[in-house]
Amino acid sequence: MPLLELKDMSVAYGRIEAVRGISITVEEGELVTLIGANGAGKTTTMRAISGIRPISAGSIWFDGNDISKMKAHERVLHGVIQAPEGRGVFPGMTVLENLEMGAYARVFKTKAEHDATLGRVFELFPRLEERKSQVGGTMSGGEQQMLAIGRALMARPRLLLLDEPSMGLAPMVIQQIFKIITEINDSGTTILLVEQNAQQALSRSDRAYILETGEVVTTGEGKALLADPAVKQAYLGVA
Amino acid sequence: MSVLAVAGGQLLADSVISFDLGALARNFWALTIDGLTYGAIYALVAVGYTLVYGVLRLINFAHSEIFMLGMFGQYATLMLLGFGPSGNAYSEGTMMTIVYLGIAMLGGMAVAGGAAVGLERVAYRPLRKRGAPSLVFLITAIGASFVIQEFVHFVLPKLTGGTLGGVNAQQPIRLVQASDVISFANTSISNIEIVIVVSALTLAFAADVFINRTKFGRGIRAVAQDPVTATLMGVSRERIIMLTFLIGGILAGAAALLYTLRVPSGILYSGGFILGIKAFCAAVLGGIGNLRGALLGGLLLGVMELYGQALFGTEWRDVVAFVLLILVLMFRPTGILGESLGRARA
Repeated sequence: MPLLELKDMSVAYGRIEAVRGISITVEEGELVTLIGANGAGKTTTMRAISGIRPISAGSIWFDGNDISKMKAHERVLHGVIQAPEGRGVFPGMTVLENLEMGAYARVFKTKAEHDATLGRVFELFPRLEERKSQVGGTMSGGEQQMLAIGRALMARPRLLLLDEPSMGLAPMVIQQIFKIITEINDSGTTILLVEQNAQQALSRSDRAYILETGEVVTTGEGKALLADPAVKQAYLGVA
Repeated sequence: MSVLAVAGGQLLADSVISFDLGALARNFWALTIDGLTYGAIYALVAVGYTLVYGVLRLINFAHSEIFMLGMFGQYATLMLLGFGPSGNAYSEGTMMTIVYLGIAMLGGMAVAGGAAVGLERVAYRPLRKRGAPSLVFLITAIGASFVIQEFVHFVLPKLTGGTLGGVNAQQPIRLVQASDVISFANTSISNIEIVIVVSALTLAFAADVFINRTKFGRGIRAVAQDPVTATLMGVSRERIIMLTFLIGGILAGAAALLYTLRVPSGILYSGGFILGIKAFCAAVLGGIGNLRGALLGGLLLGVMELYGQALFGTEWRDVVAFVLLILVLMFRPTGILGESLGRARA
């Protein structure tokens, strides 16, 4: 049984269907990527999985349960955690407060459990510990992205949704972020990643889906897609 | 303080407005203390406007009526405790007076807090579900304000057999006889003023700690700063909205009791209107959406109003409040401390 399964899912904005009957599965422990051009429906798909955007047809299954009608904030309780596009760092809160927001829906049994989770995030992102009393809005793009991912980890996700973590970042920082994403996945967290940076994403993914105008056009193993001439031409800027 | 009675008063316009710097200088401390007691009450009510604005971007004009219901709530509580209107203040001893006032305050808080949550449920939530534009919320708020007033005006007396509400003002129940407890220079501070300022500042401090230091306070700030991301963190926006109305209502209910201590002129269905507008001014003055702004704006407005009253004459008091608001907004359109609930932390 897959951890996440989208069955013929459609999402409409008014009369315009942004996502048209896509079917996607993510198995426990996998790192799966959605790639595609702007407007292909990647972010819409992520919003639908988190429940911020209602679906117009099909269904969303998580851990064997139909969560299509479940409220967004309740999905968080089940372990569906998203670091949204544009990072969504709370600008007026400190780094530490932002991280605590990640654990908002979670009840820690002991203070030690809380501290261990926070410690793990600081281990992955030492920069966040250095900056923990800095206000979120004053941080650089790379630091904000680290904060967004770190915050999502505070919730102990069963499925971590990352929407364009490399957007607007310098190549060095992108490398660093992808390295950490791989590390998070290696330690057992299932990840669904949305990316425009196809090279990085495909080389690190177990599997990938390519979206075009709201439909899945290709799917396969990450490395296989990386070698596919059509994919190369369309997404890797190679003639 | 009529214009003609002001010794040494300079006549600016024929018997309409005076300018008496001497009156301000002579009574400076008395005016400051008096202003702070009003200001503390404005501040508590202003928090309700500012929190709801922060979370919903809605000016809840019916908040002045929540305050008014708080006045009736504490009044009804005192009646249930066996008190009634009388010419002289009761003398129950210091300890018991504090206990009775505490119970009355809780009564006011319960009524106002409950009414605020009820208002949200009945008036605003259905509109949110239907995705109504913000103008509709505003009109609804004004409508709700009239509905609550007329409820106390016409319906409440029928429900209570004429005991509460109605056309005439409720005669005050006075538990505390004002007496001066501290004197210095030509200024004295009364027991009532101390009770008001201390209680209001304690509640304001508690509200500040709640918003800035607790999990639910963080939830409120998160919804104010970025509602979609807050939802992604597992925050129920609906629950946060309810909580916000509840806090605003509770503080308005507490302010209602303090207000009736200070201004024991009897309570009336229309008695929340002016105070509500002043508190709204205070919230805008400090920077609407900003909790500390509301507190600062309230205190500042209360004090400036009384300075203005001394300078220009009593009848200009309300004008001073609004002119001050306009002046501040001309130079700082987002208020003294700026907007955003989230930036409330320095």
